[in-house]
Amino acid sequence: MEGVLSILVGIFFAVSIYLMMSRYTIRIMLGIAVLGNAVNLLIFTSGRLMREVPPIIPVGELVPPGPTANPLPQALILTAIVISFSFLAFLLVLAYRAYQELGTDDIVEMRVAEPADEDLPPVSY
Amino acid sequence: MQTLIFRTTAPFLAALMILFSIFVTLRGHNDPGGGFIGGLIAASAFMMYGIAAGVQYVRRALYFHPISVAAFGLVLSATSGILSLFEAQPFMTSQWTFPTIMGVEVAISTPMFFDIGVYLVVMGSLTSIALKLEEE
Amino acid sequence: MAGNADNAVDFAAGMLVAPTSAVDWLIVAPTLITIIGGASLVMLRYQAKWHGYLTCFFLAMLVVVDAILLARVMEHGPLTMTMGRWMPPFGISLVVDALGALMALISAVVALTVCVYSLADISVTSTRFGFYPSLLWMMTGITGSFLTGDIFNLYVWFEVMLISSFGLLIVDGERVQIDGAVKYAVLNLMATTLFLVTTGYLYGAVGSLNMADIAVRLREMPAGAAPMGTIATLYLLAFSMKAAAFPVNFWLPASYHTPKIAVSAIFAGLLTKVGVYALIRTLVLVMPEGRDLLSDVIAWIAALTMIFGAIGALAQNDVRRSFGFLVVGGIGSSMVGVAVGTEDAITGAILYAVNSILVMTALYLAFGILMRKNGGKYNLADLGGGYKASSWLSILFLALVFAASGLPPFSGFWPKLILVEASLKEGYGWLAFAVLLSGFITTIAMGRIWAHAFWRGGPIGTVDGRDAAPLYTLSSVVRHRVFVPVMALVAMIVYIGVNPSPVFSVSQYGASTLLKPDHYIAAVFGPVAAQRTVMNEDHATAEGQEDAGAAKSRGPNSNRANSNRANSNRANSNREGAH
Repeated sequence: MEGVLSILVGIFFAVSIYLMMSRYTIRIMLGIAVLGNAVNLLIFTSGRLMREVPPIIPVGELVPPGPTANPLPQALILTAIVISFSFLAFLLVLAYRAYQELGTDDIVEMRVAEPADEDLPPVSY
Repeated sequence: MQTLIFRTTAPFLAALMILFSIFVTLRGHNDPGGGFIGGLIAASAFMMYGIAAGVQYVRRALYFHPISVAAFGLVLSATSGILSLFEAQPFMTSQWTFPTIMGVEVAISTPMFFDIGVYLVVMGSLTSIALKLEEE
Repeated sequence: MAGNADNAVDFAAGMLVAPTSAVDWLIVAPTLITIIGGASLVMLRYQAKWHGYLTCFFLAMLVVVDAILLARVMEHGPLTMTMGRWMPPFGISLVVDALGALMALISAVVALTVCVYSLADISVTSTRFGFYPSLLWMMTGITGSFLTGDIFNLYVWFEVMLISSFGLLIVDGERVQIDGAVKYAVLNLMATTLFLVTTGYLYGAVGSLNMADIAVRLREMPAGAAPMGTIATLYLLAFSMKAAAFPVNFWLPASYHTPKIAVSAIFAGLLTKVGVYALIRTLVLVMPEGRDLLSDVIAWIAALTMIFGAIGALAQNDVRRSFGFLVVGGIGSSMVGVAVGTEDAITGAILYAVNSILVMTALYLAFGILMRKNGGKYNLADLGGGYKASSWLSILFLALVFAASGLPPFSGFWPKLILVEASLKEGYGWLAFAVLLSGFITTIAMGRIWAHAFWRGGPIGTVDGRDAAPLYTLSSVVRHRVFVPVMALVAMIVYIGVNPSPVFSVSQYGASTLLKPDHYIAAVFGPVAAQRTVMNEDHATAEGQEDAGAAKSRGPNSNRANSNRANSNRANSNREGAH
């Protein structure tokens, strides 16, 4: 089962990297969205997969009676989902503002901060 | 979205959703639920009310600016972790008390206040963003 | 403390029951001060005029707390506190060692100076937009990164730092800022996501997220049991991206010159150094095996970064972008220490990071003063007459030029000396040469900036500045607010240059803790070991606890000898039960 999910994670990463290599911000944003999911799935897989046995320790015991699902990756993923969700929201707003302000969504044409026709520094007084 | 039916039912629906969000938040300690999802439900209630009635009514109903509410939630969450200082325990150690109010034993704990803080943060920040977007 | 009296649980099996002294709360105090400070500023959003002063107050508190923390670490060794008293490695541990405490203290000092400068630099509109809360929350992320002992927690602090830095970067919403922010945001988000990917792999391979625990487990694993090469390479890539090392550095000069100069200053000072810190922390403390594998790669990256940064600084007309490349070059110097990897080299890397934090912040701030005086000009061709307008400023700037180039008697000299010496001792002659070469090119670049901006009479096209537009004089309030921070930073730079031994001994102690992490590990697991000793004495018949403790008892037991000092008092007072 881990092997199948690993392949799926690989496909997710391939898709996201392909999208992020685009010149257009909206595709980069889509790539980042897929990347976040790829990472979540990767953490889930690296925590090892298990049937849906809740990790609850019965009263009077100190360890669970048998093997249980690993709760830690789920906590990590929950954190990562919230963070990547808020970042994606921010980036979408930023990309939209950039499109409004700069009039382009092509990052090659975004040269306001680094003008292409900049002078060379003076070599003497 | 100025349809009569939506406008008339929206306040009741919003009130119901906020009540439900509080319920979801409070049951979150031992059951599915919690501050994050409760905050999302409350934020969607305000968003819906904003779509139905207009943003200025939501702002008036909220009274405080949503971002201030979110900041208060952050302070509440952080402070709920500090209480364990007085018990000589590390940060974020949960503290419980079981007062009997009108014959019912009520469990009051710092995780509950932490969750309420999360509820306020999520509700405040998402409402703030949504209202800003609805205004545009 | 038990939830319900009828099903009481023996907390001592999974939680630390020893009382925590109030002094230990200093470990969480830095993050708490900044979080609550930022949140209360947001609640006071209609009193914008108080924001600056309150932020300075909170940051001054942060400086005091970090200073006490550093003093305690130097006295008692690494300190630790595990959240919610869960037993390490299950709870999130905050661990302060000399490296973390030193970096936290220097960052707090720099943030305080920048805050004082911001009183003059930040407009009311930007304040309303939330400049000061973002600044405080960014400090939460930065100090949290320095103080945490949990690798996933480090990721969370990175994100806190990142999202508040977005707020600072676009605080005015100008076109140029949005352009810079797009590149900054996308590339930094990729870097932190890569960090998360690697953490996922590490967790899959080792099964723990606590840095001390990972360090113990990796040292006990047979060679080749974990894909160390992959994990270390991915960490190197992720943190190089954060730190703007050579092949992945282009976001930095594209964005750091766009915001207000105070924001540029604190970004240049702190953000990249958090990347360097994380690199040192993961590769040297947590997985030395990975560092050994990659040392040649890191050496090449360091050399290319240094040379590239220096040459880039030479090629820019915009002085602020030139400084951006200098930041990149400084990262290379710190990475030299990671590449060489001896105690001296790591000491040099830490010292250089400290120097770079102070110098880069001060450079941006000093140049900001000049920009205030000349009406916002920043191109080298348009500058001139700085000495005539303010001889003080030109002297301060000259000191910074020397410090950035690594010339004595300023703070940049000692780390470079140590790094060159350590490289030569380990047979990295070419790396030592690269350090010196980049220092030489930096000297040219910086000397040219100083000569053009301050020494010559006026811009190109004027006859010795006689027909140049005169520079403004600043009102006395503004003058104090902008000069005091720069003077304080330069004073520290001179002090470290003249008397390096205090900072040197702290850095050396930090480096030795990293290379021989027994004390670090003992600090995290010491309380567990002490508690277990008491428990075994008390209930010798408790069988169940053996199972629960077997998985995690290796680290503490092997290191208990080292933790006597830190834990004897805890072990004695361990009888306070939870039930």
